[in-house]
Amino acid sequence: MSNLLECKNLTKTFGSTIALMNVNLEIGRGRIVGLLGPNASGKTTFIKLCNDLLTPTRGEILIGGHKPGITTKGMVSYLPERTYLNDWMRVSDIIEFFKDFYKNFNPEKAYDMLGKLGINPKDRLKTMSKGTKEKVQLILVMSREADLYLLDEPIGGVDPAARDYILETILSNYREDATVIISTHLISDIEKILDDVIFIKEGQVVLQKTVDEIREESGKSVDALFREVFRC
Amino acid sequence: MHWDLSSDRPIYSQIIEQMELRICSGVYPLGSKLPSVRDLAQEAAVNPNTMQRALSKLEETGLIYSLRTSGRFVTEDVSMIEMTKKRIAREHIQEFLNRMIRLGFQQEDIISMLMDISKELKK
Repeated sequence: MSNLLECKNLTKTFGSTIALMNVNLEIGRGRIVGLLGPNASGKTTFIKLCNDLLTPTRGEILIGGHKPGITTKGMVSYLPERTYLNDWMRVSDIIEFFKDFYKNFNPEKAYDMLGKLGINPKDRLKTMSKGTKEKVQLILVMSREADLYLLDEPIGGVDPAARDYILETILSNYREDATVIISTHLISDIEKILDDVIFIKEGQVVLQKTVDEIREESGKSVDALFREVFRC
Repeated sequence: MHWDLSSDRPIYSQIIEQMELRICSGVYPLGSKLPSVRDLAQEAAVNPNTMQRALSKLEETGLIYSLRTSGRFVTEDVSMIEMTKKRIAREHIQEFLNRMIRLGFQQEDIISMLMDISKELKK
């Protein structure tokens, strides 16, 4: 089976700063992948390259065989690090917005999840706490029936109970033909739901393994191994 | 029953152990149908692929079996479950003995202490 995402010698530099250096990756369908690295390791750059928000300096990315662009934007559901939604909008307005923008957006799913989290669709974003805003965004992103979900720090701002709900949401939306890539440094919270782990350090991939491989080989949790690999 | 997964050992082998425990203790009775992979994965908050892998291993041992269209079931073979119970008990006792020996107790002391405590529990 062909890979959903493939990178060949992917390099991105900003002037003299190297953000990513010769990254080679192959990610199949039906996986939940953790993209793990310390701050400034290149996680967000990688995700932005996948979304055509940045263009590679060298090398290429293919998503389902296509270069990032109009075709892939229909396939990829992206949760950015920072919100791009307007503060004055109500959640129900944004849902209409998403319906217009994305053919694969499922509004019933979104309303259902909002209900479960007790979020009123008539509320405006600006009246919400940081955590609630993050939940709304994740709900929107997960309500698309996409091939690839790219989640940049989805659990950073929410409390542990909501974190569990978010992970549950990711699991319950899991489909065998879709892949979820989650970038984070809150590893211990998410390692149980991951298939694969990618460690990225100073713009380079230093490890790509399954969670159980890591635990079998090192007798350590992914979190403990991370602390070892990235010791300051 | 709560899923208790520690972070330093492979997840799938821990799921196997806990499924065995559930089957032996009757949470999933003899011959009963198991929840779907997806539901089990969600309940245990683990990746569905990991749950799938654990269940396949359990199928290999014969403790559970699958019918192509209707799902997975617990074995109806009582002796199989008895054997699994004994194996788990053995492992627990070995571990317990090792710990007691590390504490410096002799076998005879351990056994007499065990008798005493078991008597107290009966009261």
